Amino acid sequence: MVANAAPSTEIGLHAAPALDYQGILKQAALAAFVTFLLAAGIVGIETVSSTGELTFATRYTEVFIAVVGVFLGCVAISLMRAGRPMPALIGAGTVTIVLLVALILETENEVFKAILPFKAVAIDWGAVIIPAVIAARAAQLVFRARAKAAGRTAPVVAPTLAGLGRRAVPWIGLVLIVGAVALPWLPFGASQRKVIDICTLVLTYIMLGWGLNIVVGLAGLLDLGYVAFYAVGAYSYAMLASNFGWSFWVCLPLAGMLAASFGVLLGFPVLRLRGDYLAIVTLGFGEMIRVILVNWWWVTGGPNGINKVARPSFFGFSFERKAPDGGMTVYDLFTSVFGSEFTYNPYWRIVFLYYLILACALITNFFTLRIRKLPLGRAWEALREDETACRALGINPTNTKLTAFAVGAMFAGFAGSFFGARQGFVSPESFVFLESAVILAIVVLGGLGSQVGIVLATAVLIGLPELFRELKDYRMLAFGIGMVMIMIWKPGGLLAHRDPTIRLPNAAPKPDGAP
Amino acid sequence: MSMATADRPSMAVAGEPLLRVEHLSMRFGGLVAIDDVSFGAAPDQITAIIGPNGAGKTTVFNCLTGFYKPTVGRLTLNAPHGTFLLEQIAGFRIAQRARVARTFQNIRLFAGMSVLENLIVAQHNKLMRASGYSVGGLLGIGGYRRAERLAVERARHWLDRVGLAAQADAPAGSLPYGGQRRLEIARAMCTEPVLLCLDEPAAGLNARESAELNELLLWIRTEHRIGILLIEHDMSVVMGISDHIVVLDYGRKIADGSPEAIRKDVNVIRAYLGEAEDEALPPEVAKDLGKTVP
Repeated sequence: MVANAAPSTEIGLHAAPALDYQGILKQAALAAFVTFLLAAGIVGIETVSSTGELTFATRYTEVFIAVVGVFLGCVAISLMRAGRPMPALIGAGTVTIVLLVALILETENEVFKAILPFKAVAIDWGAVIIPAVIAARAAQLVFRARAKAAGRTAPVVAPTLAGLGRRAVPWIGLVLIVGAVALPWLPFGASQRKVIDICTLVLTYIMLGWGLNIVVGLAGLLDLGYVAFYAVGAYSYAMLASNFGWSFWVCLPLAGMLAASFGVLLGFPVLRLRGDYLAIVTLGFGEMIRVILVNWWWVTGGPNGINKVARPSFFGFSFERKAPDGGMTVYDLFTSVFGSEFTYNPYWRIVFLYYLILACALITNFFTLRIRKLPLGRAWEALREDETACRALGINPTNTKLTAFAVGAMFAGFAGSFFGARQGFVSPESFVFLESAVILAIVVLGGLGSQVGIVLATAVLIGLPELFRELKDYRMLAFGIGMVMIMIWKPGGLLAHRDPTIRLPNAAPKPDGAP
Repeated sequence: MSMATADRPSMAVAGEPLLRVEHLSMRFGGLVAIDDVSFGAAPDQITAIIGPNGAGKTTVFNCLTGFYKPTVGRLTLNAPHGTFLLEQIAGFRIAQRARVARTFQNIRLFAGMSVLENLIVAQHNKLMRASGYSVGGLLGIGGYRRAERLAVERARHWLDRVGLAAQADAPAGSLPYGGQRRLEIARAMCTEPVLLCLDEPAAGLNARESAELNELLLWIRTEHRIGILLIEHDMSVVMGISDHIVVLDYGRKIADGSPEAIRKDVNVIRAYLGEAEDEALPPEVAKDLGKTVP
């Protein structure tokens, strides 16, 4: 397929040094051989459980595709390095186009079926990305070489783009909010429910990310046990609702307060710890909460968790077909308010839950944006920068740290109580260390302290794996690759830029005084 | 004694020095860092503490600003807003209540925050009260906006004074070295101190920057009429601007007086330059030298 990517000097745009064919081929062959060694074991043999016993299945085709793919890709990259991007562009471009055409025309046609490398659609889409990236890079090099040949200097795009991106951040935020509000009304057809469900999940993680961002991003306290507060929130709601029959709207603030007091509880013993040591203790705290939930079974239900947690109501109006206590349902309410007839519709509850978490997440966001401009938020950031200097300026480090822990935990508590209400079921399974790690990864990959960055990181880390559920076992692989890629290209996170919380106004202060 | 008695304001006694250090000793295990040091610092005077490396100068500062709790000794601050026994006030409260500000030998700015933010953070306690401990600020009630505007004006005053107004929105860590030193002093002054402790403010500055620093410190002294305590190795700074010099060596005070007196003091000369050569050599070594050198 990529045979035409083989070196042909005629296509070179300008006199480049003679190509070292042998070197290029040798390097590509070596890379292909290493790929073969790795793929033969990892990809080539699959364990299949059939009728109770474990057997091996071989996948020679996949190994072959991997080896050929690496060989051709290696040749293409070497050619680009040697200043001959054109053959790489033609080769990679051809592969991309062929795969795209095959994918778009779907696999009804036998010829296209044969062209597609894998047997799962999602992996095929993934397979298109690699030649597409190589082709894009080659095209960029060709363009640059042309520009140089024409005597123009390459346009300096990068810094302007960065500046543009910085100014665009508030606008991106606005567009995202409008999009999020409009989402349930957009036509997704059959997948409507799935889209809303995924977005609800993504928003839960965004809220958790924004909450943890207060502790890690602003106050600089590395917390590896954040999921503990999420668990406290979820169990508080589940236990209060099941035992006392209190409504969601009463339990929500209580769950937040309980989680916040657990935040203070964790905060006290770790006041003097920093960095790695703090991380270890918070990690232990997170596990402690989980172990307590498992073992205190007569209160928490142990490993079975708490079942049949009350679903949230629309300010007292039930979403059920028939209100349990004989009261009004939300459909009755709408019927009486708007006149026209509304009947039971399970989609309503999903949309309501979606808007609920959207509102909670936005409150978290606005709180953070506002507190950053208040002395407490600035003190958190100062504490992250230098605790000793804070003391010398008369800032109380104890209070400052504890408020950061408490506020961060409070938002986790809100999110947890939403989680309990949405699932209708809580168990210790949902609050394992991996959850803490994922939330922390979201905050770090988003760029510590950046609100929009966290949204992007959540979309990449939670949204994409959910969309690509077809990848099955490779889903976590995709998650890991995504993380590594972000750290290679953007070591400071997706949006690492920090804007000052206050700027020096011009010499003549504005009459309204808003700095 | 409880902290309440230590914090209770009383009228400053006329003629009293701003700061009185009496019999200050600081031991770390068996190591005696400061041994029975007493001195005073007057308001609107610059008091320099000098001495060879390891003499205990920074330890004195750490005791004064609450980073160490002295083993023995009394540290009395007679400020216009009250009298404070510094050795009984814990940590950050010295800066908060007694209003003793300090800078650090290795500059400690909030490097990732902007220059202006550094100066606003220094006014934390005042702003915190104005924002109703964040509750009023979050809800947008109370006088926080006005307080913040005043804080910005104070910051602008100091930015203009130390010549950093143009870089106000840049990260503090991006300033050149001299700028960072000046910003740290400006930040300390934004806490409205009655006593300013400067730990080697001229370290790493070139001659011109050093001269500017002298001018700035003299201006602070005359304009703000506060006491300045200064640790410094640069003798052009020390002799040029101090009104009073305290010399420490191996944790002990070896001299105390005006710059002229210190310059002539035998103990000081000995501590700094070593003993005169012929006196320093033990007799038998001198004899050996006499033999080997023809």
